[in-house]
Amino acid sequence: METESILSGPKDFLDFPDWFRDQQHEAWKEFQSLPAPTRKDQLWRFSSVDLLDLSPFKPAGELSEEDRQNVLKYSRGLDEVAGRMIFANGQLIERDVISEQLKKRGVIFQPLERAMVEHADLFRKHFMSQPAVLGSAKFAALHKAFVSSGTFLFVPRGVEIELPIEIFHWLRHDNMAIFPHLLLVADELAKVTVIEHFASCDKEAPGFACGVNDLISGPGAKITYVCAQTWGENVRALQMNTTTVDHDASAMSLNLHLGGKYSRFESLSRLMGEGARSDLLAVAVATNDQEFDARTLQDHVSPHTASDLLYKNALDDRARCTFGGLIRVEPHAHFTDAYQKVRNLLLSDDSEANSMPGLEILADNVRCTHGATSGQVNEDELFYLRTRGIPVKVAQRLIVTGFLNEVIRRLDHASIGSYLHDLIETKFA
Amino acid sequence: MKTETKAVDIDRNKGNFSYDVAHAYDAGIGLTEKTIHYISDIKEDPDWVREFRLKGLKTFLEKPLPTHWASKDLEAIDFDKIRYYLSGGVQPKRNWEDVPDDVKRTFERLGIPEQERKFLAGVEAQFDSEAVYSNIKKAVGEQGVIFVGSTEGLKNHPEIFRKWFGKVIPIGDNKFSALNSAVFSGGSFIYVPPGVKVKHPLQAYFRINAENFGQFERTLIICDEGSELTYMEGCTAPKFNTATLHSAVVELVALKGAKLQYITVQNWSSNVFNLVTKRGIAHEDAQVKWIDCNIGSRLTMKYPGVIMKGRKARGEVLSIALANDGQHQDTGAKMIHAADETTSNIISKSISIGKGRATYRGLVHVPKHLKNCKNNTECDALLINSTSRTDTYPAITVRGTGNAVQHEASVSQVSAEQIFYMQQRGLSEAQAMSLSVNGFVNDLVRQFPMEYSVELKRLIELEMEGSVG
Repeated sequence: METESILSGPKDFLDFPDWFRDQQHEAWKEFQSLPAPTRKDQLWRFSSVDLLDLSPFKPAGELSEEDRQNVLKYSRGLDEVAGRMIFANGQLIERDVISEQLKKRGVIFQPLERAMVEHADLFRKHFMSQPAVLGSAKFAALHKAFVSSGTFLFVPRGVEIELPIEIFHWLRHDNMAIFPHLLLVADELAKVTVIEHFASCDKEAPGFACGVNDLISGPGAKITYVCAQTWGENVRALQMNTTTVDHDASAMSLNLHLGGKYSRFESLSRLMGEGARSDLLAVAVATNDQEFDARTLQDHVSPHTASDLLYKNALDDRARCTFGGLIRVEPHAHFTDAYQKVRNLLLSDDSEANSMPGLEILADNVRCTHGATSGQVNEDELFYLRTRGIPVKVAQRLIVTGFLNEVIRRLDHASIGSYLHDLIETKFA
Repeated sequence: MKTETKAVDIDRNKGNFSYDVAHAYDAGIGLTEKTIHYISDIKEDPDWVREFRLKGLKTFLEKPLPTHWASKDLEAIDFDKIRYYLSGGVQPKRNWEDVPDDVKRTFERLGIPEQERKFLAGVEAQFDSEAVYSNIKKAVGEQGVIFVGSTEGLKNHPEIFRKWFGKVIPIGDNKFSALNSAVFSGGSFIYVPPGVKVKHPLQAYFRINAENFGQFERTLIICDEGSELTYMEGCTAPKFNTATLHSAVVELVALKGAKLQYITVQNWSSNVFNLVTKRGIAHEDAQVKWIDCNIGSRLTMKYPGVIMKGRKARGEVLSIALANDGQHQDTGAKMIHAADETTSNIISKSISIGKGRATYRGLVHVPKHLKNCKNNTECDALLINSTSRTDTYPAITVRGTGNAVQHEASVSQVSAEQIFYMQQRGLSEAQAMSLSVNGFVNDLVRQFPMEYSVELKRLIELEMEGSVG
């Protein structure tokens, strides 16, 4: 039987609780009622919205045993992790359980569908509790209507998980649509690092990924979130992340974008309590006809909060990158310290970088700065390397990776840093 | 009525008076094709201008208000309640003595003829829809410089006028340029012949006197090869109870090697909607520089632009905006690079006081296959009170490897330490604040002609009064 496009609506997931299925029905109605984005919307300016034709994509189906084995085989990320979940076509393939000791201390690491039953209160409180304000409300509704699984991670008060938690999302076969979800709650003074890998089994298979992450850093907690996106070359991807940072808490995120035909990434960081800090980092290497579209909002709700954004893009061939970022300082959020910087390195004559760094300041006693630069490889640096006998191509690559590494170093995490570095090298190779 | 003062500067209160002036021509309230024909008949427009106006009206009615990105305050403009044309006649006077007494009183109170004697090469004064006075110094006129109102320009110099009119800013550029194209009246037409360097600035002075009125001047300035010109405009209006609309279109053309500098000091009263489209084209080696200072109005939306069409052309926008209670200064700049080795510079400084809101919107476009284009953008915002607001929305597009673009913005408040330091030297808090703010804009103000920079400093001091403590 031919499966129908996702545009004909979700099927019922019978094992979900009624309240969640009701929410999914509502979300589907919302998706249908919201208008499709156009370039005239400020939040979609410069974006190739015509690439978001979803009609070819179908809800991802069952995987064969052979596919499962292959997925397991290729899910090679970090050497040491505290826990691991592997999803392929939206289904959980494997879950490596967190150490017994962490379990005893109350760490919950479950697939979403189980958490919504066993930890309904926590789930309902945090699951997509923040509205999608960066343009993709329609796609957030689509995600909610279709989400079938995902990761639920709860770190209780005072628990620090030293090793990273690792999550894989795979796309297999042509024209599959998946809806990855991560719900991460770090309770008071907890500490956790999560890395998510997004990848395709088939390099050329078209696909659609529409993910939402809820990242909650409780009072005094510290969360680090890393995304390593290496979709196949015909994948269209939308990712909507919301980070809420409570008082004295911190959140750091680093998003590495290497794959996909069109990849849009929305990142909302809300600083809710005094002493909150958020670091937003991103690296993109765009080649061929790739398009990366990043939209961010650093929303300072409370006084005495800090945020720092650094996005770097290297563009080659006919690639396009768009950055639309806003620092918003709400009324009364005095003593805000916010920074935003986007830098584009253009490596070819046909590449295009669009930057829209924005500020909306409704309080005084703030220090907010932003900067945007677009330039090319410095001829002097290139010349210097060549005088040392390094061929042009290699010299150029060295300069570009050096340019991008500044962002990765900010993460200050050796094993993840070198892993991301290797991914970048692979793309250049 | 306020008492007369002899102050030389133009401050907010100084402009806040109006006289009953009986207008001989009045197009009535509201905007229809009849309004257009009325204006065209009075002005004896040639057919192509009449058609141009009708096309403008059609485009204006078709286009929606740009509220999807701009302030919702635009919806407060009731286009059906505005008077689109008011004048005492279409022929401006060459002699100050010939200007009707009631109009003359207005400009004398604002000190216009005095300024002309002092340092200007030519002056034009527009009262509501038409220029009432236009004069150019004999020596400048003899060099072949044309400085007349737009009506006179299109009548007497069609060969130059028609070639450029509506070319830099097409009718459909935006809703308000379309409106201006439909009902434009007044404004200046200037032509500077090749190689002529006009030593002293030319000045235009715009005054709205009538209530419920819309002023739609249209200015076209052409600097022929190798010529130089500085043009200044000032604006005031009395504060009526109902909103007033000012929607101008200004087109500048700097041909090869020309240098054109356009200075605006906008001090409309705080009920004027000031929605202006300004753009210049710089040909090879030419320079277009906008110095834009916005202090008055309720809502200003103005983004002067430069299209750098020829090699080594340069565009520059220096902008100062001061937003006080009830004001929204939505200003910025557009830089379109369209040739190799073109450079552009944007420096914007804004100050938000009380509940005022200052917004910077910028557009920088560097298309592919251009080499060695450079843009530098700096925008700094200063917030005075905790209720003040500032926004920055730049959009920068760069293609290709030969170009460098940088944008930087910062927002800060006046440092408490600075204020404390000045206070312990005996200055009041308000004086200290005013001094700080003047220091913040000082490096830009210095680039203004002397008379204007003095005036500007006074204006800032006045605006700062009562903003602290």
